[in-house]
Amino acid sequence: MMPFLEIKDVSKSFAGNSVLRDINLSIEKGEFVAIVGYSGAGKTTLISLVAGLLRPDAGALTLNDLEITEPGPDRGVVFQNYSLLPWLTVYENILLAVEQVSPNWSATKKQQYVQEHIELVNLGPARDKRPGELSGGMRQRVSLARALAMNPQILLLDEPLSALDALTRATLQNEIERIWERDRKTVVLITNDVDEGILLADRIIPLSAGPGATLGPSIPIDIPRPRDRKALNHEPRYQKIRREVINFLLGEGGKKHTVVARKLVLPEIEPEDLSAPRTLAGGKRRAVRRSEIKSEPVEVDG
Amino acid sequence: MKRFKLDWFVLPLVGIFAVLVLWQISASTWAKELPSPFKTWTASKDYILNPFAKRGEMDQGILRFTWYSLVLVAKGYAIALLIGTPIGFLLGLSTTFAKTFDPLIQILRPVSPLAWLPLGLVLFLGAGKQASEFGALFTIAICAMWPTVLNTAVGVRAIPQDYLNVAKVLKLSRSKTLLKVLIPAALPYMFTGFRLSLGIAWLVIVAAEMLTGRPGVGGFLWQEYNALVYEHIILCIITIGLVGFLLDRLMSLAEKRFKTA
Repeated sequence: MMPFLEIKDVSKSFAGNSVLRDINLSIEKGEFVAIVGYSGAGKTTLISLVAGLLRPDAGALTLNDLEITEPGPDRGVVFQNYSLLPWLTVYENILLAVEQVSPNWSATKKQQYVQEHIELVNLGPARDKRPGELSGGMRQRVSLARALAMNPQILLLDEPLSALDALTRATLQNEIERIWERDRKTVVLITNDVDEGILLADRIIPLSAGPGATLGPSIPIDIPRPRDRKALNHEPRYQKIRREVINFLLGEGGKKHTVVARKLVLPEIEPEDLSAPRTLAGGKRRAVRRSEIKSEPVEVDG
Repeated sequence: MKRFKLDWFVLPLVGIFAVLVLWQISASTWAKELPSPFKTWTASKDYILNPFAKRGEMDQGILRFTWYSLVLVAKGYAIALLIGTPIGFLLGLSTTFAKTFDPLIQILRPVSPLAWLPLGLVLFLGAGKQASEFGALFTIAICAMWPTVLNTAVGVRAIPQDYLNVAKVLKLSRSKTLLKVLIPAALPYMFTGFRLSLGIAWLVIVAAEMLTGRPGVGGFLWQEYNALVYEHIILCIITIGLVGFLLDRLMSLAEKRFKTA
């Protein structure tokens, strides 16, 4: 069987700095895959590539045998920072997506469909509120509802819960699982929380530390659903998977040096050539420009 | 409550009173030609108490003159916004366009309305009787549009990438992206530009009317200067100031509405 989403030998760098290299991944239809990794490792770059917002430097991404060249509503994205349009209400934000995907529907059908999705994420009472009036958790629900309302072939979740507090996070994890159980869409979840990945996904794949991050071994999560958060902690299989992922991230995948660009601000002292005669024009000191501030890569052992 | 009244009511009155005293002293000491506050009032009373009277082309109630000026400003301002906003969008969206025209804009921006007006009159020489109106509109529009142009450009450039990503993922058409994403996102900046533009349009009107001799507050001011009725110059200055202040207030109210929306 052909994989549904295939990422083949994909590399991406920005301004000469390698972010991702040799990424290979195949995902079957209906699979829920979690990718965990360090922050700044290139997780968002990976999802942007799948979304089509970025193009790879090398390699190719195919969805349903078609190469991904541009963004499109067949891939519903839930961004980390919600990305709702603040001047539209919850209803209007979702309606905008529905109108794009199903322009031929009657007005009542669209309305019904939007309403359904608002109910699906339990936002009924907030229907006519603007994003600014909602909490982070509620905004992320809207974002999720918008992505689902596009009826995408694949759902891309880019650290959807990382900006939320632990309790809201747990509630939303349950909701994501409930919604996924409903129609079993293909999902790629990017996260920095190993437990979240194990709780939700069928398969968890660690992403090594950057630069030049690459995917580690794919670890299947053979824990039957529904998974109970409390019971999970005592499940030996859960502990084994968790250990494997963390071992990779701290060991092999984290071995690589993380390079941090540190700004070197030079002291404001200039060596003066005392032998040169002082002229009216030459006596002036020039302020250090931003572009002249040198930066030096500092290696940090992972 | 007491404090509130003192701040917002009593203190401004104290300020006005202080200026009146200074004015009175100046009028009676070093500036002999300057009419005193009382003389100004007696000479202007007619124009203020019958603000809409029309006794002749250049002898009308002060609000009637103000109305003429406002109509002309409204037209010029509308032209400024209609031209300035699209230019601002182009500057914000296209770096090529920005690089091509930015130096030109920086050079044209500081040119005084007094310099533009003669050019405006020359441009519309063929319009016959309407030449002065077209020239005035040209001057208002070209002087007032810069804040709108620059603020719109900044507003467009400041649109967060997130919103643009949404537009891309949803595959919004160009026109829909403009209407549903770009304009609403840039609107707060645009409104700041609109407000500054209105202030400038009102500044320019006086100069335009003075030079063209059109009826209006500025034209009246210039005529009364030539007629040696100095009291009316002061009347006009106060009127221009008050109207400008009110326009700015109105715009900032509108601006606030849009910012919260």
